[in-house]
Amino acid sequence: MAESTLIKKRFPWRLKLEPRLDEPSTLLSLLVTLGAMVVALALGGVVIAAVGGNPFVSYAYIAKASFGDAGVLSDTIVKATPIILTALACSIAFRMKLWNIGAEGQFIMGAWGASAVVLAPLVSAEASRWLFIPVMALAGMSMGAAWGFIPGYLKAKFNVNEIISSLMLNYIAVSWVNFWIFGVWSEGGFQMSPKFPVGASLPRLSEYAKTIPAFRGLTTHAGLLFGIVAAIILWFIVFRSRWGYEIRLIGDNPQAAKYAGVNIIRNTIFVMALSGALAGLGGMSEVAGVVRRLQTSPIAAGYGFTGIIVAWLAKLNPLVIIIVSILFGALILAGREIQPSGIPKMIQGIILVCLIASDFLLRYRLRITRGEE
Amino acid sequence: MDPIIILQAGVASGTVLLFATLGEVLAERSGVLNLGVEGMMLIGAMTGFSVTIATGNPWLGVLAAMLAAGLVSQIHAFITITLQADQVVSGLALTFVGTGISLVLGEGLSKAGTVSLMPNFSIPLLSAIPILGPIFFTNQSVLVYIGYLMVPLAWYYINRTRPGLHLRAVGEYPSAADALGINVFRLRYAYVFVGGMLAGLGGATISLAVAPGWFSELTTGGQGWIAVGLVIFAQWDPIRAAVGSYAFGALRRLILDIQGPLVLFGFKNPFYYNSSLGFFLQMLPYAFTVIVLVIGSREAIRKRLGAPAALGNPYIRGERGK
Repeated sequence: MAESTLIKKRFPWRLKLEPRLDEPSTLLSLLVTLGAMVVALALGGVVIAAVGGNPFVSYAYIAKASFGDAGVLSDTIVKATPIILTALACSIAFRMKLWNIGAEGQFIMGAWGASAVVLAPLVSAEASRWLFIPVMALAGMSMGAAWGFIPGYLKAKFNVNEIISSLMLNYIAVSWVNFWIFGVWSEGGFQMSPKFPVGASLPRLSEYAKTIPAFRGLTTHAGLLFGIVAAIILWFIVFRSRWGYEIRLIGDNPQAAKYAGVNIIRNTIFVMALSGALAGLGGMSEVAGVVRRLQTSPIAAGYGFTGIIVAWLAKLNPLVIIIVSILFGALILAGREIQPSGIPKMIQGIILVCLIASDFLLRYRLRITRGEE
Repeated sequence: MDPIIILQAGVASGTVLLFATLGEVLAERSGVLNLGVEGMMLIGAMTGFSVTIATGNPWLGVLAAMLAAGLVSQIHAFITITLQADQVVSGLALTFVGTGISLVLGEGLSKAGTVSLMPNFSIPLLSAIPILGPIFFTNQSVLVYIGYLMVPLAWYYINRTRPGLHLRAVGEYPSAADALGINVFRLRYAYVFVGGMLAGLGGATISLAVAPGWFSELTTGGQGWIAVGLVIFAQWDPIRAAVGSYAFGALRRLILDIQGPLVLFGFKNPFYYNSSLGFFLQMLPYAFTVIVLVIGSREAIRKRLGAPAALGNPYIRGERGK
């Protein structure tokens, strides 16, 4: 008794933690997320300052180099397009607490599958876009789905940790593509395939500059439509369909899902394959819309990993993913010219850390109380 | 293609995996899954290399590497133990942070010149043993020998000592451990730190002994993830961890060596004459990790062996705030 009065006298306020019983409001959730972003940028600034940079100059440069005018904004959207698709891929798997870390490999295999249509060749080079693009999209999605199916199947049948198996498949995918571009499809000994014919490319805004002069030089391509349409479809699947309900139920409470008769094994395989298909579509969109040939260096650029962070930042909501992807597209676009070159990756990491840490504020209520209570 | 030389080099490169795997075994035994091994290894490799360049003393480099990776691991400890967030996501985040920070701070290190490396030496009597002597005890780095000592030490510590008992209790049944007066939170922080230090040591082993230098993310090339996979194969046991690590080290080495000779088993070596086939060899460590995982997981189901019961779960004390 005497001791507690002593504490009371010395320090009258107490910090108390209470678990929140109700869902935190959307506004609070948004504020906490924004707060986490601000803290993350501040921490990133500290590291930039530590290596002798000026964080304010760096951040101002990032903003100007990615949103400054229509040209760079268009480039930002080009960078955001693959991220939208990989983030959608991660989000659907994460909903079910399936930790698909293999979006990168699924993305690369998608690019390979789409390229095989052109280079094998499955479709003749003179064919029109109306034939090429659907076939390439299908091929990309199937290769991505196959690459997602493997860890899904191993998880469902042998309880193999999908984090490590899907991650290992990333490295295998890079070697696989390297084998093709160094050997079979190499163009004159260079580490890249020949350029695709026009029919095998996604149209860019600049192609319509004759009718709309404002589009001149804009590189945004039709892959963006894939991203937006996929996001809308996925939103309906997750929030409006029976299957989406099952996925959310397994993610929230697998025990309850089992009692309700949901087939967890089949869903594990399906969701991983769907996740892979989305990432694979991203790979197809990148190879047909931007690179227009198969090579590893710009394709295996870590979009799969950025997708993980974006999915998390968007709270796994498919529509929010579009907005967050554009912010991250900006970071990557501007980051290419910034020294040291690791800065975008570092900032992404710090954002993810702050975001997870900030979740604590959504799960607990901090209350400052006076004295005992 | 001398098998003795391949195995000798395999033991050296397996030491990297051994340190990282042992560290993760200890952290997971305390109930904390830390997927940030790859990031912590990169921090260790970068710090070890740059401190060695700055001071000329590789031992200071190793020490700094362990300390830096240990400190980075505490981010994960704070988020998962105190803030009770999901260990999977936090571990991934740690990998991103570790990779990013080591890239930013390590910028320019790849151009750095030679550094005084860890010393290599042979053990007098043991190196005379036929076959085993040349493989394990001849002209190895001092870090490799430290690795040998660490395996029985870790096994004895976990299975035969009182602090080891506490460690297992915290990972298997934290509330019972808590009731016995063991500080669950403090122990978990400590073992995440130890795990981070060992991952850092693994990273420093690459940049100072096995493949000296700093090559940005390629320095580790996914070995941190292979280590996480090996923990499952090892069933959280240091001795099995050693077997797996050295086997993987030998495999990595074999893949390098198989592309050299003109003639392989009396045939023209396809990997020499068609170098793009070498990419299939590069897939092997990753493919084997998946196979090892399948074997390890099936065995675990069959023998009812398993992860520490509380692995992955935050410990929340019954009466909070008292």
